[in-house]
Amino acid sequence: MKNTLEARNITKRYGDFTALNHVNIAVPKGSVYGLLGPNGAGKTSLIRIINQITMPDGGEILLNGEPLEPKHIAQIGYMPEERGLYKSMKVGEQCIYLAMLKGLTKAEAKAKLEYWFDRLGMQGWWNKKLQELSKGMAQKVQFIVTVMHEPDLLIFDEPFSGFDPVNANLIKDEILKLRDQGATIIFSTHRMESVEEMCDHIALINKSNVVLSGKLNDVKQQFRNREYAVSLITPNNDQAMAAIPSMYNAMQIDLAGLDNTLDFKIKLPEEVSISQSLNDLTKLGELTHYSEMIPSVNDIFIKTVKQDG
Amino acid sequence: MDKLWLIIKREYLNKVRNRTFIIMTFVSPLIFVGVALLVGFLTSINNDTVREIAVLDETGDYAPLFKDTKRTDYIFIENEDIKTAITASETADYYGLLYIKDKRPVEATFYSDDAPSMEYINDIEERINKKATEDNLIARNISLQVIQETKVETDLKLQNYTGVQTSKANGWIKMAFGGGAGYLLMMFIIIYGNMVMRSVIEEKTNRIIEIIISSVKPIYLMIGKITGTSLAGITQFLIWVVVGGILFTVLSVILGPEAMQSPGNEVAMGQLENMDKMQLMINDVMQLPLLKLVICFFIYFIGGYFLYAAIYTAIGAAVDNETDTQQFMLPVILPLILSIYVGFFSVMESPHGTVAVIFSYIPLTSPIVMLMRIPFGDIAYWEIIVSMLLLYTSIFGVAWLASKIYRVGILMYGKKTNWKELYKWLKY
Repeated sequence: MKNTLEARNITKRYGDFTALNHVNIAVPKGSVYGLLGPNGAGKTSLIRIINQITMPDGGEILLNGEPLEPKHIAQIGYMPEERGLYKSMKVGEQCIYLAMLKGLTKAEAKAKLEYWFDRLGMQGWWNKKLQELSKGMAQKVQFIVTVMHEPDLLIFDEPFSGFDPVNANLIKDEILKLRDQGATIIFSTHRMESVEEMCDHIALINKSNVVLSGKLNDVKQQFRNREYAVSLITPNNDQAMAAIPSMYNAMQIDLAGLDNTLDFKIKLPEEVSISQSLNDLTKLGELTHYSEMIPSVNDIFIKTVKQDG
Repeated sequence: MDKLWLIIKREYLNKVRNRTFIIMTFVSPLIFVGVALLVGFLTSINNDTVREIAVLDETGDYAPLFKDTKRTDYIFIENEDIKTAITASETADYYGLLYIKDKRPVEATFYSDDAPSMEYINDIEERINKKATEDNLIARNISLQVIQETKVETDLKLQNYTGVQTSKANGWIKMAFGGGAGYLLMMFIIIYGNMVMRSVIEEKTNRIIEIIISSVKPIYLMIGKITGTSLAGITQFLIWVVVGGILFTVLSVILGPEAMQSPGNEVAMGQLENMDKMQLMINDVMQLPLLKLVICFFIYFIGGYFLYAAIYTAIGAAVDNETDTQQFMLPVILPLILSIYVGFFSVMESPHGTVAVIFSYIPLTSPIVMLMRIPFGDIAYWEIIVSMLLLYTSIFGVAWLASKIYRVGILMYGKKTNWKELYKWLKY
């Protein structure tokens, strides 16, 4: 598959501090790529390098196979985490200015803006000053500014912060629609639910290094550890719990379902098969639930960061 | 290049359309003219009050010297001792009491609550001296008439080596031109430099900066900002000149010429007893290297402004809000003030002196000092060219350093910056 963006061996230092240490990522075309990592890991540094806001000290960035150059800024749309627009400038004027800086002509910019204003229900905002808008409204303007020049690569840094659930959903749908139209999306976030919902690839950056990367599915596969959630209806939950063979390392958990069931998780030892465990457990009561506990992105994130020290 | 133009346009329009800017542009000349009128008015009121001054003359010779004028009434006290006279003047609320105790040598004291003006003291001294001198001459049998007849008053004519006549106000005219140009430049740098700085801080605090510099190089934004703001400044400036000029003309026509003259002008005009002197003064102005002055003014104006504006942008980028700029302001203001002082003291005194020459080469002070030197002495073209070259070369140097600080600073939030930090940024 063709990669829209490739970062090869990117290194960035600020004085004695290394912000990025030989970072490699490959963002396939048409993917939604989650860039994850704790605060200060180096995500913003990487994004700024991709946007040519700062230059790397080593390594190179390829956009659609070409080394990154100033002309590529028209092919990238960036919504920074710290949102910002000119407060005292009128919305329409401001959007046109920013679009023209990205290389659009005035007429093109106007046409695109009319389309987006219409689409996001923002008619009548054209002559309002930004400071007259609510935070959510300003975020919509920011979103339009990011996407209106129809870039190949869209970079969103914490895109949903500041949006109410309704608008967050609206923006999420718009992002996915842009992906369907052929754009590649890089997503930097702490909110793991949205990663789970939207991303198909992820990279986890911790302490200036990429510690994990690949297809979300593959990563999850890699983190499967034979844990299963089980529910039983038993005559006596305490007795049944005590009767579970110790090799399963059973631990009580809460599962949605019937109220008085015995809910617990087990970890299958290597040599024990699923059917054997079913055999063992059905002896204790009536089985109502048995499912593999696939690690969430959140679990993977926390686990990896902890392991990394 | 297109983008630079876009940025300049936005900065310009944004400044010019700003409500405070519009108000300031049109209200400032009104305020200025208003203040001038007010000062004139207040001075005339002040002059209308009549001062009462008591005179106690124990010699009896000097009292006749003091005759009532428009602004002063003299009350003569006789046959009183000084203590009673002081009490009496105090109770009567006289402005002062002049006590002449003795002649040969003359001993006189002026009692008052407020210290009298230098001018008034000189006036009294002069009258007493004149009378005492005359008395001395008479006592030695020298006829006053002879003195009067033999008195010679020379009017020293001034010419330069090329034979052009100049007036005695020549120095004053030169100072007005040079000082005016230098002062104007300083004001422009401070006002519009601050404006650039505020606009950098604004972009930084409302975080639009990342969006802009993901589209254009920071250096373009910086240059665009400085240029846009300076164009707005020049616009404002031209409007001031035009509006101020119209207002002044209109007011002088309505109020008559007297109302428009400040007291200083009266003195100056008083010296111009005949048209010849006026003609000489006009000659003086025409004798100034006016074309050179105007051309140099623009070159130094632009150079000086850009040099300082680059520093102002760097400061704006280094801080999070305007209150944090204080620690960095001193190095900006200091050379400006220094140049004005050097201009008014050293250049006036000797335009080719070492101090004046050195300061007219140092880029931070050269725009102002050289502008003030030009009307005073024949400054060789090579001197001006070297000074300009130094200025414009250092603009590139300073702009390069400033852009380094700018590039790092605009992306740095919530960090208190100090000089050490700035030095570190230069190496990123």
